[in-house]
Amino acid sequence: MSAAARTVRPVSIASFAQSQNVRKDDERNEVEGLMPVIAEVFGNIGITKADVGFICSGSTDYLIGGPFSFVMALDAVGVWPPKSESHVEMDGAWALYEAWVLLQEGEIDAALVYSFGRSSLGDLNEILTLQMDPYYEAPLWPDIVSLSALQARALIDAGKATEADFAAIASRSRRDALANPKAQVRNDTAPEVLLADDYVVAPLRRHALPPITDGAAAIVLAAGDKALEWSDRPVWITGFDHRMETHSLGARDLTSSPSTAKAAEVAGVAAGKIDIAEIHAPFAHQEIIVAEALGLDDSVVINPSGGPLAANPMMSAGLIRIGEAAERIRSGQADRAVAHATSGPCLQQNLVCVLEGA
Amino acid sequence: MADSEVLHAEHRLEYPYSRSTGPIIGAFLTGLRDGKFFGATGSDGKIIVPPTEYDPITSDDVGELVEVGPGGVIESWAWVSNPLRKHPRTTPFAWALIRLDGAGTAMMHAVDAASPDDLATGTRVTAKFRPAAERIGSMSDIEAFVVEGGAA
Amino acid sequence: MADELTTDAADLGPVTTLATPIRLDFDFTPGVAQSRFLRGLEQGKFMGQRCPSCNQVYVPSRGSCPTDGVPTTEDVLLANVGTVTTYCVVNVPFAGQSIEIPYICAQVLLDGANVSFMGLIQEIPTDQIRMGMRVEAVWVDESDLTPSLASVRYFRPTDEPDADYDTYKEYL
Repeated sequence: MSAAARTVRPVSIASFAQSQNVRKDDERNEVEGLMPVIAEVFGNIGITKADVGFICSGSTDYLIGGPFSFVMALDAVGVWPPKSESHVEMDGAWALYEAWVLLQEGEIDAALVYSFGRSSLGDLNEILTLQMDPYYEAPLWPDIVSLSALQARALIDAGKATEADFAAIASRSRRDALANPKAQVRNDTAPEVLLADDYVVAPLRRHALPPITDGAAAIVLAAGDKALEWSDRPVWITGFDHRMETHSLGARDLTSSPSTAKAAEVAGVAAGKIDIAEIHAPFAHQEIIVAEALGLDDSVVINPSGGPLAANPMMSAGLIRIGEAAERIRSGQADRAVAHATSGPCLQQNLVCVLEGA
Repeated sequence: MADSEVLHAEHRLEYPYSRSTGPIIGAFLTGLRDGKFFGATGSDGKIIVPPTEYDPITSDDVGELVEVGPGGVIESWAWVSNPLRKHPRTTPFAWALIRLDGAGTAMMHAVDAASPDDLATGTRVTAKFRPAAERIGSMSDIEAFVVEGGAA
Repeated sequence: MADELTTDAADLGPVTTLATPIRLDFDFTPGVAQSRFLRGLEQGKFMGQRCPSCNQVYVPSRGSCPTDGVPTTEDVLLANVGTVTTYCVVNVPFAGQSIEIPYICAQVLLDGANVSFMGLIQEIPTDQIRMGMRVEAVWVDESDLTPSLASVRYFRPTDEPDADYDTYKEYL
């Protein structure tokens, strides 16, 4: 066990649920889309909202274009009698982090975390531009695909990857997604075939981009007796950290991820053998950067769920990485896993969560 | 409920933000209006362009402003065959991270080139400013960067 | 802006502000339950939904009971009349105002509903509005009905005596 692991209160991923990931869910509003996910995440372990002491959500109002949409989303849980509640304008993985920190204090033993987002309502390229520096970058409206292409080119020019590597990652992700009924892009297509795609923004071809996805996800965290009561094989969080880098794109080395490396160090990734890694790398080349920063060797199975290249629901894709990694430990396929989530352009901010079976 | 019964509506969100620049960003934008580039001196003496009020690595206050550019080197680039509606160019162009002469960091802008074959990491480019009367103190005062000594 | 562009640059002071307008376009969908409410307005009706757990009726419903967090599946046709639970008289002009001031803005609890919603009260001097007043919806002409709250022109007093405080005290 790492130093980090010894100092934390054991908290388990007690339950995980996610919606079907689809290109466009224009039937249901956010609440209607979330309700079945919340019902499933409680139903998996036979509990109700009365059993959790804290609720934390991750979403962004810009996706729907309405302020405080996250407040209305609470209708999907039904917060009566009143519950302690919080929200982050971040992927649900960061909401999970907030809940985990609260559980460390020891006053509560269980928390619900959920996240949601319909990327299909607006123009995701334009919406994501608003996360950029508002003086120097956003006024030029650089889209996330172009920014990621700048990063991919830098990686190629540094001799750390080739376009064929991107295609191989995309091919593997889509093929692995065949075993994931919730994934959106599922097929067995050889890398050579993918390399015949046109460039969207060179050097990125269609397959190296994530799909645009509507979806939601939820996790129940449990500590103490509840963790043992709610699972025969608890999946423990043994290390958890997140770090960020400057928003000045031109001041960063885009070919590496020092924030991931630092978070991995604090979370204690290297303290034992990693069996699987669920990496939130929305663009194919970013998987190479994150895997290196996490210090993974070739024996680690990366993104057995298909990863974000097979389904990338904004605000949930990071939380889903943690849920997918936990499911593989719970099922006995892995004993120790690392899950990663990212936020911001070109891997600006990164979160690392180490999970271990009992 | 049948699909047709679920309503759709066009929804437009508009915010006419006007931001205070502060002294450092304001100096850079004033420089652009005058057709010049300024950077700020970072903790290790490196010139940060475009300048921030603090060193992005050490968070220390930055030192004096120094003129840099207008020429520089492409550090990375990405070719856009089909510009999006809000992009700064309407015809195919490249986004690039450009390290101006004298700068220690790169700035992002558009590069106007006829073909991706004209560009590479390491290619020298220079800023093409809009006419003085059209400049207002914003990144769009630079029409684009062009290959140094090129036809554009 | 046009003036600035024609001014001699030498006369301009340092740049201190930057205009960064944002415009985003969405294809908004309100979901199943809210579409049902809006379709009701198109027919000149207030449609609500009942919670299967606590039996409260919400109008408009977003498809869930905000108390219990369960789907509200039973549609309920509500009355065209209701009770003013609280109100204010607007005397302040603001950008985009479409109604002549002063006017009354009130929370109206429709008969059969367990939540009130905001409506305009007209056909009454502003100094005569009061809590408990019974009001009815006045709709636009049938040919002008749309799936929007614009289909309700306003509420106006009925001839009924005021509602007893106990009938709406839980809804303030």
